[in-house]
Amino acid sequence: MELIKKYPKVFQWLFLLVVFFALCFAIEVPETYKFIRGQAEFVKDPNQSFYVFLGKEVRYYAFDVFWRLPPLLGWLPIWINDSLFFLMNEWLPMEFWNSDTQTYKTRPLVLQITREITSIMTFLIELIREILLGGLKTIVAFTSWDWVGSNSWAKMPGLPWTVVAAGSAILAYKLSGKGLAVFAGLVMVYISIFGQWKPSMQTLSFILVAAPLSFIFGIGFGILAFKSKRVEKALYPILLVMQTMPQYAVLVPALVLFGVGDHAAVIITMIVAVPPMILLTLLGLRAVPPEVIEAGRMSGCNNWQLMFKVLIPTARRDILIGVNQVIMVCFSMAVISAFIGAKGLGFNLLLALNQLNIGLALEAGLCISLIAILLDKMSLAWANKQVDYFGNLTFYERNKSVLYFGIAVFIGVVLAYLGSFYFKQGFNYLFEVPHNKGISTADFWNRGVDWIFDTFFVYIKAFNTWLIVEVLQPMRALYLRMPAVATLVLVVGAGYIIGGIRSALVVCGLTLFIALSPWWDRALVTTYMATFGVIVSCIIGFTVGTLCFQNKHSANFMLGVCDIFQTFPSFVYLIPVMMLFGITDTSVLIAVIVYATIPATRYTIEGLRSVPMALHDAATMSGVNKFQRLTKIEFPLAFPHMMLGLNQTIVFALFMVIIGAFIGTEDLGQYILKALSDKNGAGIGLTLGICVAFIGLIFDNLIRTWVEKRKQHLGIA
Amino acid sequence: MSDTVIKCENVFKIFGANAEKMLKDSNGVVDAKTFQENGCIVGVNNASFEVSKGEMLVVMGLSGSGKSTLLRCISRLTDATGGKIFIEGQDLLKLNNKELIDLRRNKMGMVFQSFALLPHKTVVENIAFPLQIKGIEIDDSISKAMDMVKLVGLEGRENYFPRELSGGQQQRVGIARSLAVEPDIWFLDEPFSALDPLIRKEMQDEFLRLQDKLQKTIMFITHDFDEALKLADRIAIMKDGVIEQLDTPANIVLNPATEYVRKFTEEVPREKVLLIEDVMDKSVTNNLSDFKVSKDEIIENVAEKILTQEKSVAVVDSNNKVVGSINPTKIINTVFGGRKSSN
Repeated sequence: MELIKKYPKVFQWLFLLVVFFALCFAIEVPETYKFIRGQAEFVKDPNQSFYVFLGKEVRYYAFDVFWRLPPLLGWLPIWINDSLFFLMNEWLPMEFWNSDTQTYKTRPLVLQITREITSIMTFLIELIREILLGGLKTIVAFTSWDWVGSNSWAKMPGLPWTVVAAGSAILAYKLSGKGLAVFAGLVMVYISIFGQWKPSMQTLSFILVAAPLSFIFGIGFGILAFKSKRVEKALYPILLVMQTMPQYAVLVPALVLFGVGDHAAVIITMIVAVPPMILLTLLGLRAVPPEVIEAGRMSGCNNWQLMFKVLIPTARRDILIGVNQVIMVCFSMAVISAFIGAKGLGFNLLLALNQLNIGLALEAGLCISLIAILLDKMSLAWANKQVDYFGNLTFYERNKSVLYFGIAVFIGVVLAYLGSFYFKQGFNYLFEVPHNKGISTADFWNRGVDWIFDTFFVYIKAFNTWLIVEVLQPMRALYLRMPAVATLVLVVGAGYIIGGIRSALVVCGLTLFIALSPWWDRALVTTYMATFGVIVSCIIGFTVGTLCFQNKHSANFMLGVCDIFQTFPSFVYLIPVMMLFGITDTSVLIAVIVYATIPATRYTIEGLRSVPMALHDAATMSGVNKFQRLTKIEFPLAFPHMMLGLNQTIVFALFMVIIGAFIGTEDLGQYILKALSDKNGAGIGLTLGICVAFIGLIFDNLIRTWVEKRKQHLGIA
Repeated sequence: MSDTVIKCENVFKIFGANAEKMLKDSNGVVDAKTFQENGCIVGVNNASFEVSKGEMLVVMGLSGSGKSTLLRCISRLTDATGGKIFIEGQDLLKLNNKELIDLRRNKMGMVFQSFALLPHKTVVENIAFPLQIKGIEIDDSISKAMDMVKLVGLEGRENYFPRELSGGQQQRVGIARSLAVEPDIWFLDEPFSALDPLIRKEMQDEFLRLQDKLQKTIMFITHDFDEALKLADRIAIMKDGVIEQLDTPANIVLNPATEYVRKFTEEVPREKVLLIEDVMDKSVTNNLSDFKVSKDEIIENVAEKILTQEKSVAVVDSNNKVVGSINPTKIINTVFGGRKSSN
């Protein structure tokens, strides 16, 4: 009894586990149990049960409710589809003036609105695209120059690649200095020489629209939420779900609303990129010291000035992290949105992956990553730029950049013109290196992959088989063996022990949603893959982080590496693993592990760093050795922060597992991918996305609650 | 010293959900305890005083005494719950937002304990900030700000960022920023509390030099009684939101109004605070020594000379007219008498 009193939590956990296993063994696996349980589709099978709700028939394979709950939410995807269809095609028809046909046309309101948004986005993208690659359509849209359309010669040429390269170098120099300028120039030259110019510029034009728009909307909503508690309360749950929602899942509903193409991709990117921007803006504004606000007020700021001259600049650090996130998301979406017809590098990357042309995929992926890093660094430099008031600058010095850019345009154009005489084959390399005419290292990489595959085939195969047969399959079977009721008890019990009744209820609600959806088994598979990835990532991340922390330089180096890796679009991670492991679960899991190790490592180092120096000294003076200091002082104090890292690791792992569906997994991701090509896919995609988000939120809720309690306990809240 | 610049009448600041209603019901007599039981915290309790043009009023109190809250009521960074505040005759609480901003842009400057500099702006940009907010051209504001940089002795550091400066230097920037718009009224909220003792002394001297030159109307908040004595024309001592005593430093030292105030004055070296004028005998007798002292002299500076005299010493004003006398025993009484005997 004394033991129980001394360690009440331990016994609560033990009791929970006993109940869980008792339930697991008490509930038999039904003989008819098949991996696929329910379908919110119209496949009629005499063995299926069905129910009708709101006029929707849902068919499913019925089991004992202790084993699997019936899919009572099976009508939800169908209902979402119907509502969307109704909104788009039947709701509130209105008369709209069509300037092309000079007539009024009747159209549902929502359809008209989405079409308007679509045309604005398309216009913006095309405008930038035409500056970079040539064409006159958008400019003509403003005027009534009919002769442009009717004369084929009246086509504006795009900027020669030399000009764009020089331009970005000059811009980089103006923003930051020589280092960045050289980097910018090299990136552009690389892209051009390797024949990725056109897709790169297409991607760039997409990013240059999506990123600023996401930034503006994010900061706008962030300010609104900061000013009004009500807006914040309304936004918060949406933000929370969006944080853990896989980007795939948003594709399908957006597809229905906005159609196929670059504009839809921009809108989806905004949907994904705006929430983190809002959160970080809010966080930054909240952290501004009250005295700084008072100083602003006493300087006579009105509300507008206070916001834009005092609050936002002071909160710059967090807002910049937001910008970084926005750029990251934009590039990762640049690839994913190729699924709904966005042009550019992402499309090429997907195509190459589909053809298993690893070399080509690698080149496209490298281009995306390079542009991502470049834009990230440029935006950072821009935000940190300083004005010099005292230099008595001459006209030349003040307008140096513009002048140099003018010269670059001139030289570039002249070179391109001369080039048109020199290169007679129809490709002017000084204007634009065509896609298939650049230097390509694809063959080299492909041969390298082949070589690795030939040489190490036996070992890779052996490892692969061992992992799948000995580890993955048993683990998967174990997860699927859990009766739904037992899982529910386990999760809710954990919620209760960690955070009391409130936490238990939240977690119960989230779990029930998944359990009552038609995809409980799939969700278990997703969870199993994520769990495996997270466990390995954490072991690697915590070890690497702890080792690197021992030395200041290695710690800084590691954080830098994490930064760069994080800038890579998530899809890029699939390339090297496919090179080595082909199309297997192993590939996906290794990509998951690599991707999810980033936050694990980062938070370990940051957590260990956050231990106050005074405690280090106190420990040293108590005569601890290095190892004792680590285990007795640093780990216990850094643990809450490291657990937040675990939280991020889980989110990253879930994202990658879902993206892994592209390689071929049997989890929720596979269904999301399927939904893309289904005309009734919107509801399914969205519901699946919410399921994945809820898996993330269950862990998120448990971990956050625990961390908060622990921090209070340690007095470092 | 006749024009009143700041005038407070029965100012209350009470925090809490239904503070206003409770204040109305209390008929102007606020008992902190009953308020606290009802979930309200009394910040400022019935403060009434006036500050004249060119005067420096130091509000002194320990943390939680409501001194900063009082200052924030007068600068209207927070709205007072009750009472009236007049700035140069204008009813502060009746100003609308635009008028208030106008007042701050032209009449008020404020210095903060934690400096509250804008981290993304350089020294000169920080100082020019209030000017630019007012809508002054960038070039003009920068050149004006450079004058301020010189005034506070930060030449050569105008392009530094706040994070690159020491605490003392940062507060110089804070002072320069608050002075940039040439305000008539200057609020200082514990400006030197975050600084090291030596730097603090240096900044106090610097501050006195500036005030000598600028002659602003000042409200200065501090928790340091010595600082209050050193700087103030008058001192208001606050405790639990109530002004316990408001008087000149000499009067506070000589006649503490309450037990609480007396505790502060006990340890004060009077010879360093009091002037001859404060302790002299106003009746002029004939039997005086030849030695004369000015009435504005601090006791410490002349004590030794007075003590060597056998007769009383004549006290003269700035026109060398005898206005009183002082007996050496009075000096001894002042310095050693009335203090708790230290065992």
